[in-house]
Amino acid sequence: MSGLAAGIRLSMYNQKVLIVEKHTITGGLNSYYARGKRKFDVGLHALTNFVSPNDRGKPFNKLMKQLRIPLADFKLTPQNYSLIQFPDQTLKFTNEIEFLTEEIREKFPSQIDGFINLLNHIKNFNETDLTNETVMAKDVVRNFITDKSLVEMIFCPLLIYGSAWENDMDFSQFVIMFKSIFLEGFGRPEGGVRTIIDLLLKRLGEVGGEIRFKAEVTRLITKEGKISAVELNGGEIIECDNVLSSMGLPETMNVLDRETAYTPRTGALSFTESILITDKKPRDLGVDATIIFYNNRPEYLYQKPQTLFDSESAVVCFPNNFKYDSFKDDYEEGVLRVTNIANYDLWNQELMISKENYKAKKEMVFQQSQSILRACGLQDGYTVGFKDIFTPTTIKRYTGHFGGTVYGSIDKSRNGTTPVQGLYICGTDQGFLGIVGSMLSGISMANLHVLQGSSS
Amino acid sequence: MLSNEEVRAKVLDIIADIALDDDVTAIKDEVALREQLDLDSMDFLDIVMELKKRHKIEVPQEDYTKLASMKSCVEYLAPKFNS
Repeated sequence: MSGLAAGIRLSMYNQKVLIVEKHTITGGLNSYYARGKRKFDVGLHALTNFVSPNDRGKPFNKLMKQLRIPLADFKLTPQNYSLIQFPDQTLKFTNEIEFLTEEIREKFPSQIDGFINLLNHIKNFNETDLTNETVMAKDVVRNFITDKSLVEMIFCPLLIYGSAWENDMDFSQFVIMFKSIFLEGFGRPEGGVRTIIDLLLKRLGEVGGEIRFKAEVTRLITKEGKISAVELNGGEIIECDNVLSSMGLPETMNVLDRETAYTPRTGALSFTESILITDKKPRDLGVDATIIFYNNRPEYLYQKPQTLFDSESAVVCFPNNFKYDSFKDDYEEGVLRVTNIANYDLWNQELMISKENYKAKKEMVFQQSQSILRACGLQDGYTVGFKDIFTPTTIKRYTGHFGGTVYGSIDKSRNGTTPVQGLYICGTDQGFLGIVGSMLSGISMANLHVLQGSSS
Repeated sequence: MLSNEEVRAKVLDIIADIALDDDVTAIKDEVALREQLDLDSMDFLDIVMELKKRHKIEVPQEDYTKLASMKSCVEYLAPKFNS
């Protein structure tokens, strides 16, 4: 998605652009697939940074302005509400921050002043300044919030929706996530993630950008320390002046034609997800929340579990439960998505043992997802007509990300540069997160390294 | 030879396409564009890119500040349009 955004920007200003896509569908981590007659979204639970078309100056509006895509084309529907559900306390939030503020005033009265001060600090912080130094976010937040449990609850959605680091994140990334989730909020484009991809592809075509599918970059060729060409599977070599890579930082360095001292580390976090298609919709089973961040421990453990997956915490998404007009969603059936933190190495071992073994373990994830749904208040009495479970090894297979990571490396290249001149990083490993972040990343890197470079 | 008015009109065309939601007919020439319109640094880059694309005019990065107001735009760009 960052690559598409970058490609559109560059094509708009007469740069000759070729996007090479490994798969038959674009989108990378945020894409879709079909099983039978059903189409499934991958990655996207919700679009963050919710804005209405007349909400000027907000990130998503600005991005679409840069790409000249009318915001109205996304037909965004806001979330109903979401929950952060911990053993002793639950916080409810909507796309209006005042709602969460009131929840905290009621449930953590001693923390309300600190929370309001934190909000002001966040609002005044320039999180996209590429020169920001790395500061751990929990250290900053603890200056404002002294209740340990509230700190955990605030971090829970932000970590699982974007952190490559275990249990904490860089403060700039925290602010990006906080603004995009708590200050702006969740929405869903009509038709889901494919609507976003289709709009980007259409725009790319309009501005004359080229895209090739099933074209995997197998080697980045350099000449005297500068990028000179890419080699594709099948051996074709394409010469170029610049490469913007959205493959991930370690993955990009891995296809470089020479060794460098620069060895970005692979992140530890990966996920399983169970997608259940049911005869009844969640609203008819007692749940009208859009997303539930479920955690069954006093502390929120956002870390690589020592088991195949962590069944004590999850994100549960109910795509039927956005605030559609008269609650009419575009699904015929109920859709329940349960995402757990998982251990790539252990899943890989299961797969090595045998395919049957791996399948049996996937069935365990599915069984557990039903218990979690129950813990989130979903009544029994529904029938699962179809299910699909993906694991860290599935993510690895489809995205090429080492370790099946979703949020990439723990080393980011904030200004997008690499040891190779003309080779730049965009997307997750540049450090802007989420779908909106990934598009912002593509646009910023295209502007900074190619367009500004060519205009001076 | 373009008059200052014609240069202004060409710049205004570009700004109108970038600041899609703003009313560009009411721009005050002496006042910074940023104070009147919903423009940020990314949008100023677009003005530069559009000048290059539509009129083959190059604005080096150190001169971006010359585009701050309509008045300074016209003063800075008129010689470039006419050279």
